[in-house]
Order: sequence, then C-alpha cells, then structure tokens
Amino acid sequence: MSFAELQKKARQEWDELQNGDIPQIIVGTATCGRSAGAMAVIKAFEDALKEKGVQAVIVEVGCIGPCYAEPLVNIAKPGKAVIAYRNVTKAMAAELVDSYLIGDDPLPHYTLGTIGEKTVEGIPRILDTPSFKPQERRVFRNCGIIDPTNINHYLANEGYAGLNKALGMTQEAVVDEMKRSGLRGRGGGGFPAGRKWEAGLKAKGSQKYVVCNADEGDPGAFMDRAVIEGDPHSVIEGMIIAGYAIGADTGYIYVRAEYPLAIRRLERAIKQAHEKGFLGKNILGTDFSFDINIFPGAGAFVCGESTALTLSIEGKRGMPRVAPRPRTTEAGLYDKPTLLNNVKTFSSAPMIITRGAEWFASVGTEKSTGTAIFALTGKVNNCGLIEVPMGITLREIIFDIGGGIADGGKFKAVQTGGPSGGCLPEALLDTPIDYDSLDAAGSIMGSGGMVVMDEKTCMVDVARYFLDFTEIESCGQCVPCRLGTKQLLDILKDICKGKGKKKDLELLVELSHSVHGGSVCGLGQTAANPVLSTIRYFRDEYEAHINDKCCPAKVCKPLIAFHILEDKCAGCTLCARSCPVSAISGEKKKVHVIDQKLCVQCGVCMEKCPKKFSAVECVSPKEKIMEVA
Amino acid sequence: MHERLSEVLSPYKGRRDALIPILQNVQAEIGYLPDEAMLEIAKTTGLPESRVYAVASFYAQFRFKPRGRHTIMVCRGTACHVRGAEKILEETERALGIVEGETTEDKKYTLETVACIGCCALAPCIMIDEDVEAKLTPKMVSEILDGRAE
Ligand SMILES: Cc1cc2nc3c(=O)[nH]c(=O)nc-3n(C[C@H](O)[C@H](O)[C@H](O)COP(=O)(O)O)c2cc1C
Repeated sequence: MSFAELQKKARQEWDELQNGDIPQIIVGTATCGRSAGAMAVIKAFEDALKEKGVQAVIVEVGCIGPCYAEPLVNIAKPGKAVIAYRNVTKAMAAELVDSYLIGDDPLPHYTLGTIGEKTVEGIPRILDTPSFKPQERRVFRNCGIIDPTNINHYLANEGYAGLNKALGMTQEAVVDEMKRSGLRGRGGGGFPAGRKWEAGLKAKGSQKYVVCNADEGDPGAFMDRAVIEGDPHSVIEGMIIAGYAIGADTGYIYVRAEYPLAIRRLERAIKQAHEKGFLGKNILGTDFSFDINIFPGAGAFVCGESTALTLSIEGKRGMPRVAPRPRTTEAGLYDKPTLLNNVKTFSSAPMIITRGAEWFASVGTEKSTGTAIFALTGKVNNCGLIEVPMGITLREIIFDIGGGIADGGKFKAVQTGGPSGGCLPEALLDTPIDYDSLDAAGSIMGSGGMVVMDEKTCMVDVARYFLDFTEIESCGQCVPCRLGTKQLLDILKDICKGKGKKKDLELLVELSHSVHGGSVCGLGQTAANPVLSTIRYFRDEYEAHINDKCCPAKVCKPLIAFHILEDKCAGCTLCARSCPVSAISGEKKKVHVIDQKLCVQCGVCMEKCPKKFSAVECVSPKEKIMEVA
Repeated sequence: MHERLSEVLSPYKGRRDALIPILQNVQAEIGYLPDEAMLEIAKTTGLPESRVYAVASFYAQFRFKPRGRHTIMVCRGTACHVRGAEKILEETERALGIVEGETTEDKKYTLETVACIGCCALAPCIMIDEDVEAKLTPKMVSEILDGRAE
C-alpha cells in the first residue's frame, strides 16, 4: 500500500471514531494516571455501562499533562464538545454515566474544561483557562489525544508524513531543514540538532547508528516517559528520519528499565511500524532500510551521558570516555559514527520536516526556537507536564500555569536542570526560559525538571540532597568528582547537623571549582551547581545554620525541636498515641509534654494534632524551647 | 535453578555484547544474581568472571542477595524530597523494623530507595511491587502496610 493509501485508511478510521454516533470515554492511562487510580476508574465505567445498558467505547490515551487532575477522563458525546473531567473517582464514573451519558447534564462542577473549539454552557474551554492559555502543544501534540497503541491514530494526525516527505528529499536537504529550524538538543546541553545531524552525515563509514537517549535520569522529571507513553511513534519516526539523513541503518533506544510501560509501548509501536513498512527493508518502497532496537538501561545516572550510554549498550560499565576523545558523531557506538539525541529532539523532527523550519522557529526566541517542556512539580498547585514557548518567564510558568504555591505557601526558589542545575530565587522570577538566560542566572535549562520550593524547603538541605545523589552516581574514574562530591557532601551534612564552621562556605566554593575543573564529563563538571547557586542566592540560610544553629525552614532535624503549647493543648491524647517512640506523656484532658531526650523529630505529633487545636509547634534553633519552657 | 539458568542463557552463547540484557533476564527469572548464575554467565559469554561482576556491580538494577516476596521502593526524587520523602522513608523503616537495603525476617518485604519513579506530581510516593502509593504522609505509611495481606 502506498503512503497516501495508508493515510487515507487511517483517517477514515479516525473520522469514524470522532464523528461516530457512539459516545467515547477517553481515559489517561500513562503511569501518572494509573498511579492516581485510572484503571479502577475504567473498571467503574465498564461496570456502570453494563449495568445501565449504555453503549460507549472506552479509549486509553497518554498523558495530557495536568497530573494534578488525574485521573483525567474526557467524554465525547456525538455532536457535543469533548469535556474533560478532573480527579475522577469510581463514584463519579457511575454518576457521569447516569447524568451525562443517559441524561444530558454534563455536571460542570467536575470538569476541567472543554477540549477543542466547541463549547458547552457553564464550562470554560481548557485552552482559555490560565493554566493552559500560555501553553503551546507541539511535542505533546498527540499526547492524551490519540490512542498510543494504535498506529492509525498517529497516521491520521500527520504521522509518518515527515518520513514520507523526507524520503523524497536529499539527505542534505533534510539536514538543512533541521539546521534552519534552530532546534537545540532537548537533552539539556542545547547543542544545535541540525549541526549534529550534519556531522553525522559527513562522518565517514559504511556502518552508522542512531541512538535515542531515553535514560531520563534527572530525579524530578518524567517528560520523556510521557512522550514515549503517549506518542511513541513520534520518537520512532524522528529516529527513522535521522537514520535516512545521516545514512544509518540501525537505531537503539536506551530507555530506563524503571519505565516498563514506556518499553511496552515502544515494542508495540516498533512492531506496528514494521507491519506498515515504515521500518525494515526498503522503507516505503525506497532503497533505504532501517531498524530499531530497545535497550533497557540498568539504572545508572551517568549512563545518560552520551559516551557512557554507548558503552553501556556494548555491555560495559557506563563510564564516560576520557578526553581527548572523538565526537560521538565520529566514533560512538562500537566506535562507529553515531547520532545521539534526546527523546524530545527526535520527536520534534517529524513536524519540522512536515511543516517546515520556519513554522518551527515561529515560536520561541531567536537563539532558542520552539517550545520547552517541563515537569512542573514540588510546592506548586498545578503539578504536571507543560509545554511552553521558549522565552516565557519563570513567573508565568509558576504563577499562571502552575497556579501559584501550594497550601498558601510563599515562593522561595525554583530548581531547574536537576543535579546539574541550580536554584533561582524570587528576584529572578522574570528570567525568560531559554538556554542562555538560565545559564547566565546560574542554573541550566536541563532536560525539563522544574521543582518549585516554598519557605518550608531548606536550601542547605536541597544542596545536600543533590550532592547525596551525585556522590552516589559518580562513576568514580575522575578523582575530583569521586572524592570532591564526597567532601562537599560531608561539609553540607555537617552544616545541616549544626556542626558547620565559619570557613566552610569558602571551602565549599573552592572545592566546587576543583570538582568542576577536574572532571571529564558533565556529571562532575556540573555537580557543584546546586551548591554554588544556593550559596549565591541563599547565603543567609547557610549562615543561620552555621552561626546560629538555626534551620529557618525547620527541616534539618538536629536543629529543630517540637513542643506542645500549653494554652492550646486540649489533652486529646492523639499525639501521645501516635508517637512512634513514646516520647509524649500526659493524661486525657490534660496538657501533654514531649520528652526532648526521646523525641526523634519525626513530626508525626504535629501532623496528628487536630487543626482546631494546632498545639504542636516546631522551633529552631533548639534552644528556643528552653525559652518558652 | 540450573535448568532455569540454562534455558535463559541458551540464546546467548558467545554474545559478549549482550551482557546487560543477560543479567536482566537472569535476574527476572531468579529474582537476584547468585554466585552460581554469575559463573554460568561468564562461561556462556566467554567473558572473565571479573568482568561480569564489574558490570553487574556498576548498575543499580542488579542485586546479589535474595529478596523478599514484595519490594517497597521509596522514591527519593527531588519533588518527593521537598514534599517530605525522608520522613516517609523513616516511617517505612520504623514500621518494618529494617533499614533501606534490607529484607524483613519473614521475607515479606525488601525495602529500597529509588532515584525517581517519575510520579513527581503525586509526591511523595512509594512503589510496592508495581503499585504506586501516592501523596503520602507518614501516618498513611503504616495504615497502608497494615492494610496489606500476604
Ligand atoms: C551525567 C549526565 C547525564 C545525562 N543524562 C541525560 C538524560 O537522561 N537524557 C538526555 O537526553 N541527555 C542526558 N545527558 C546529555 C547527553 O550527554 C547528551 O548531551 C544528549 O542526550 C544529547 O541529545 P540532544 O542533543 O538531543 O540534547 C546527560 C549528560 C550527563 C553528563
């Protein structure tokens, strides 16, 4: 079958689904939806449909983004706008079948909004809500819209059109289109993708490889997983186009073994692409052949680094190659020319070819074109995945899209770039999101983690947390990285324990520079960024820990103490009964007391104490207790 | 065990480059990587035993000790951390009477931490086998554990 025929058939199937006379119940069942209970909700819909004898199809889709609203269900009634329902429970499922599928009341109080152009009275269009208005969905174009296990859904939505077009172009023309788009690598470094593809094309050798980096090691990020789970074919199509452009016949996807669903979705998509003739021998009747293998990564952050990743595929320890080393595009996997890009870089390629470089560059800034994807998490109201035009400010992301700080808290810092990035303070909230501005501010764009912190987050503890991570994940071959991260961590631990010394800050900065200068790969070179940025912007917190033995955020246990306020305690005994170390004594209806010698600062008493009493208080430094007592 | 091993290893004779998938498949079959399996893998692939061990010990996924019937993984991702993952870990350790990396005496649970399970929007969370328990507080931990059957 020709591409046009394949596309036509797929569109028919898609149109029938969209315009058919059976209602669709569309449920987000990516990992986040599942953890929030999506599978139980599906079961509840099935039961209710059966019991009431209502006809409807249930379609499983990927993640639309607003994780805070999971489980998320869209209901499409024939001729009506598609309505998105948030935080759907089993009980709500049954109610929706009754009220909206059988009756005609869409239950507006359960909705997030309507999807698409059509509207329903009393329900806003999702795209008009503050959380979605600033967004621009390109890489996420299909996520949450199509069934990722059905290749026809992808085909009906411009899928494989980029590949079809690319096969009619010269390799040079494909590379040129990528170059003109201005797309920069979405794995964090921001290296221009077109230039990398050009180097891949120019590299000499009959055997070349294309490798997709889906290691996603940043502990606070899950955008690559969402793209794979929600739209696996976009990544595969991008890789095939890349293979054609540089003249490779084999591709690898290196994906974390911790992402079992993503792996299953890829396996299925690869099989389907073979069946339709997009993979394998003589793709779409041309003499270009390409195949893709999946390699489940065995869990090592450093394997996200390109040279470590290729060694890992070869079955070796994933230790970055030592300089001077050839570029991966010249000698990568098995020492052959290898084009290695991130998941989102590949999934951007099809639309660049289909719609053109100019279209791609029409959003974003001059030096950072297109959109940026973030996993917006931490102490923010609307956690989830977002896609925004480059150049938008941190403030717009956190306060408009993110809906501000959770639990009425106050913003303190935002972390981007994971263990290689930095923490930026309130004064920098108007920084635009692009590779160069974030760099200048002391953080990095990274691959998409964005963690918001409030006044209950201790910045020294955050630096300690990241160093704890890099110290474990350092592969150990560069001494300044292996030992330097350990020393940095030890000093930070001491400060968190109240054992910090006056000269520690200077020492931290000096050591940071040594670790940066003495490491061959990005892990060591950037490991100290969380330390340097927190010292730069939150020096007073370090000083409070060191000089006053005070943790202003009341996080560092050795520096805090809990006690019960006499005038507030009603003697309900809840705290005493839940204290895991029996440190609380007191009789019913009498004021309770915490024995400071036994207390382990777990905070369970504070959590248990009923809001109306709020009798447990946390203080820092510890000595404050003596004052109140 | 020997039979199960040879079955898993049969397609990999001499396949040095497939070491990591081999280790993954053996662990999936047996649950961990006992010495016997490591030696057998070395023989099958033709790699020195030291190399097999060097690679296996480099990656977090591989384990050299038998495990409990269920695995609890406490997520230590950044989002979980700022939302109190440390307290969740402590409470889980206290509830099970073991520390991270250990298995309970009755072999019911193995407790581990993981860099990130990617449920950042539902932080803090833990994973019990394949199920994610989301938006936890310390007091919910013991309730969840108490509520679980065998
Ligand atoms: C320690 C370390 C970890 C990395 N982890 C990842 C990762 O998880 N995903 C990723 O795409 N790139 C990661 N990178 C960046 C890669 O080395 C590489 O630059 C990138 O995958 C290239 O793709 P791009 O040009 O499309 O961005 C990491 C780099 C370092 C130094």
